Amino acid sequence: MADPMRVRATESGGVVDVKILMKHDMETGQRKDSSGKTIPSWHIAHVAIKAKDKEVFRGQFGTAISKDPFLNVKFKGAVKGDEVVVSWVDSKGESRTDKAIVS
Amino acid sequence: MIKKILVGVIFSFSHSFVFAQSNAEEIAKYRQMIADGNPSELYEAAGEELWKKPAGPKNATLEQCNLGLGPGVVQGAFAQLPRYFSDTKRVQDVESRLMTCMETLQGIASQDVIKESFGKGLRKDIEALTAYVVTASKGAKVQVLAAHPQEKKMFDLGKKIFNYQGGPMDFSCASCHAEDGKRIRMQDLPNLTLAKGAVEGWGSWPAYRVSSGEFWTMQRRLNDCFRQQRLPEPIYGSEGTIALSMYMAKTAHGGVIQTPGLKR
Repeated sequence: MADPMRVRATESGGVVDVKILMKHDMETGQRKDSSGKTIPSWHIAHVAIKAKDKEVFRGQFGTAISKDPFLNVKFKGAVKGDEVVVSWVDSKGESRTDKAIVS
Repeated sequence: MIKKILVGVIFSFSHSFVFAQSNAEEIAKYRQMIADGNPSELYEAAGEELWKKPAGPKNATLEQCNLGLGPGVVQGAFAQLPRYFSDTKRVQDVESRLMTCMETLQGIASQDVIKESFGKGLRKDIEALTAYVVTASKGAKVQVLAAHPQEKKMFDLGKKIFNYQGGPMDFSCASCHAEDGKRIRMQDLPNLTLAKGAVEGWGSWPAYRVSSGEFWTMQRRLNDCFRQQRLPEPIYGSEGTIALSMYMAKTAHGGVIQTPGLKR
């Protein structure tokens, strides 16, 4: 499993606000290292957020998303105490899943 | 949100007489926007893991590391650094003290950290551990009085280096950091000779630099300042760098620590 994400979920007025910090180099494949060699592209490809086993968010990340991405998602339907599960898969097939309880 | 920032930037370019003021405001708004997602937290999480994970030839954790408040006490430790340590008989900042703990508790040689590059290997581990330690002092007040004779000596040395002009452009730290209201390109330069400016500088590093996607500790910030002045590269954790930190920390005494920070 890759480096952990920081997931925080708070509920207010029926809306759950999820803030996620992902640790990922997000290489575009355009950069060159100090020896002049191109650094191959490597980035998060898919992100999914589930609450109460129901998918509430699905995203496709590409090379336009910068390093260590921060994602902020709001949705309705969960309450304090529910579990929010965030997971991503990257272009190399590595993945990471982290959870948070809505507070 | 992005539209607001763009409009703000265009406005500030077309009205040069309010250029400096609205620039600072826009940067402040930008900082507020991203304050919730400070990637320094990722380094802090990695640092906490390293603190508790057995490592090195002695296969020990850092949980007995004494940062000045007792073995294993991390809460508030950064607020009283740099300080004199009786076991090493010298004044140390957070990074050199972490190197000492890694050596004595885990058997990892400090030289291996010193010869490494910033952001790589053991150096990166120290950076993550620094993020962990400073987060535990966030919101605390700087408690550096430099009362011990060695601490006072380091403060005086730091002040001397701060004002020492050298290199091909005759720069000293004071060239950029001894007056109010100065900036370099888009970045405000704190006046480190006064308490207010000193805590802005000392209390906001280490920080995550969004422009390069890297977590910079004070050692790295000092190293880069030396580079910008075209002075010789300081040795990692050397007496000169600790002296400069001591000068800043004591001048910042009583101010509130904001680390880990977030920079453009």
